[in-house]
Amino acid sequence: MCKDCGCSITPTQWSAHEHTHSHDGHEHTHSHTHDDHHDHDHPHAHDHEHKHEHLHANPQLNDAKTISVITKILDANDTQAAHNRAHFEEHGILAINLMSSPGSGKTTLLEATIDAKEIKLGVIEGDLETNQDADRIVAKGAPAYQITTGQACHLDAFMVHDALHHLPVEGLDVVFIENVGNLVCPASYDVGSHLNVVLLSVPEGDDKPAKYPVMFKNADLFLITKCDLLPYFDFSIEKAIREARKLNPKVDVIEIDSKSGKGIDQWIAYLKMKKALR
Amino acid sequence: MHEFSIVNALLELCEKNARQNRATKITKVEIKVGKLSGVEIHFLETAFETFKEQTICHDAKLVVHVQDVVVRCETCHQESTLENYELICPACQSRDVSIIDGEEMLLMRLEME
Repeated sequence: MCKDCGCSITPTQWSAHEHTHSHDGHEHTHSHTHDDHHDHDHPHAHDHEHKHEHLHANPQLNDAKTISVITKILDANDTQAAHNRAHFEEHGILAINLMSSPGSGKTTLLEATIDAKEIKLGVIEGDLETNQDADRIVAKGAPAYQITTGQACHLDAFMVHDALHHLPVEGLDVVFIENVGNLVCPASYDVGSHLNVVLLSVPEGDDKPAKYPVMFKNADLFLITKCDLLPYFDFSIEKAIREARKLNPKVDVIEIDSKSGKGIDQWIAYLKMKKALR
Repeated sequence: MHEFSIVNALLELCEKNARQNRATKITKVEIKVGKLSGVEIHFLETAFETFKEQTICHDAKLVVHVQDVVVRCETCHQESTLENYELICPACQSRDVSIIDGEEMLLMRLEME
């Protein structure tokens, strides 16, 4: 894929493996991506069933037959996502996928993050139409590249890869991928980030984690935004956190208000710590 | 409506497997869709019927196996199927559980000729 784009990471630097194993009579499948070639060392015994380009070498198929495939449907996307992650890592960059409904304050949070002047960041913006979000980031002095998806409701790893080649990433600490505002579709796509940060604003209601389980289950950090509006809405912080942790017991939570600055210190500290640990 | 994008990825995967097996036609596509994979099966089926026309799958039947969410408890080592999406071990109530099935979308089997 990178013959066209000229980026220095070649697909041979990682390999995707899929295998099936069974234990206690329960069989399941999963796939792993490895950064480089090395032997598997799992704590449990299982049979590997590698399925690269060597399924069967029969010269011609004359009769009907059934083949076992067992491949992730989004395998091509996941391979591209692994490549994107390698690209970020080569530049020492922490990549964060920001996801929420439209209007939860993703861009406003990024503006406040730039204003704090503690983190050198760049942004890949995803929207159906307009360059308005990228323009807001650039106006604050950070590099940004806008992807306009047309009708697509989510970003995928291919779109992010294309954007990466338009964003000057040298010297950045963190690249944010601001996904299309949507609590459903973006959750199914690995875009090559290291962390998923999901925002929920107070006016949206505390019932959203229970209503959109896939999104909140995949979050590394849950940001409750527009917290200065709490006196005006029937929003229970405790309920929102409880519902999110039912799905995702280990999720971290920050209560934030980008306009007043509440919680921004904690957010910046979180970013610095995660960057330092990469 | 990301089901359309997912079906496109599925059809590409079918084409690739058909090429590798020198098949001229795919007659059945079996997939496994986890309940926590984030797709709506009805839309997936509709999208498959719509987009298969111009592909090697034009006469293919789509069979969807819906996969329950299965967790393994790190405390009592029991594997259980979850009735709802609260990540808690039904046997010992521990929250130290890992999802081992029900999150993925997999192409399982192809019938071709």
